[in-house]
Amino acid sequence: MLEPGTRVQVARHMPPGHVRTPAYLRGRTGIIERALGAFPNPELLAYGLRADRVPLYRVTFRLDDLWDSGSTDTLDAEIYAHWLKEV
Amino acid sequence: MPHDHHDHLSPSGHPYRADQDTGLSYWQTLEIAVRELMIEKGITTAKAVARQIDTMDSRSPANGARVVSRAWCDPAFARALRDDAAAATRNMGFDIGPLNLIALFNDKTLHNIVVCTLCSCYPRNLLGLPPDWYKSRAYRSRTVREPRAVLAEFGVTLPETTEVRVHDSTADMRYIVIPARPDGTEGWEEQDLAALVTRDSMIGTGLVKAPT
Repeated sequence: MLEPGTRVQVARHMPPGHVRTPAYLRGRTGIIERALGAFPNPELLAYGLRADRVPLYRVTFRLDDLWDSGSTDTLDAEIYAHWLKEV
Repeated sequence: MPHDHHDHLSPSGHPYRADQDTGLSYWQTLEIAVRELMIEKGITTAKAVARQIDTMDSRSPANGARVVSRAWCDPAFARALRDDAAAATRNMGFDIGPLNLIALFNDKTLHNIVVCTLCSCYPRNLLGLPPDWYKSRAYRSRTVREPRAVLAEFGVTLPETTEVRVHDSTADMRYIVIPARPDGTEGWEEQDLAALVTRDSMIGTGLVKAPT
């Protein structure tokens, strides 16, 4: 369980198939905004496989960290626990 | 009427346009095949499919506007909406199914805007079908990269002191923006307030209408 405020990095994996982690966030670092509970893993669910429930988090990123744009604005996205690593 | 040899014009004087008979795509063919098989096997009926389409078409941003205007008038409801937007809207009588909903509250220091970069996730139960632009590659790719430029094209320019927060609807949550109640509406009835709430103000690409 990752607590709000925890600094996390999104894995850099590029697996084939149905993945709900957008490519532009892979490898990026953000902060846990809140835990959302556990949801069936869409990477298995999409293929009719038995999907284990995986914790889902909202992670806040700085746009400047994503695009090097000098922006002070932010972005929140939902990322499954198996894509996150505490840093 | 004189015969003018303009055979590229219709009798009403407008140019003919090509029919959009481009044939079915792979996925359209697949949808028809699956639907026909399900009907043939008695899993569903054509009537049930038509009824579901009717239900989808009957939902409109007026539902969301009722949620917003109630949040403006009823602090206990606003708190419930912040804690669990799905439960709060379900308690209002909206059929939102198993939807997980997060309400994003705007104020003077924060402006929320919603996008789904991976597909077109949208709170259809409260806002109806998404506008075509919401599903466009341009909106989906640019909103996460240059939200202020996108907002400017929608006619929304925010001060630098207002943080823009983009919400990429990547997984199981759906989002509705609760815009700030406009000044000059003190004492207004909920239904009059609802008339100020536009679809775009609940996506975050617009602002509420100014009270008149």
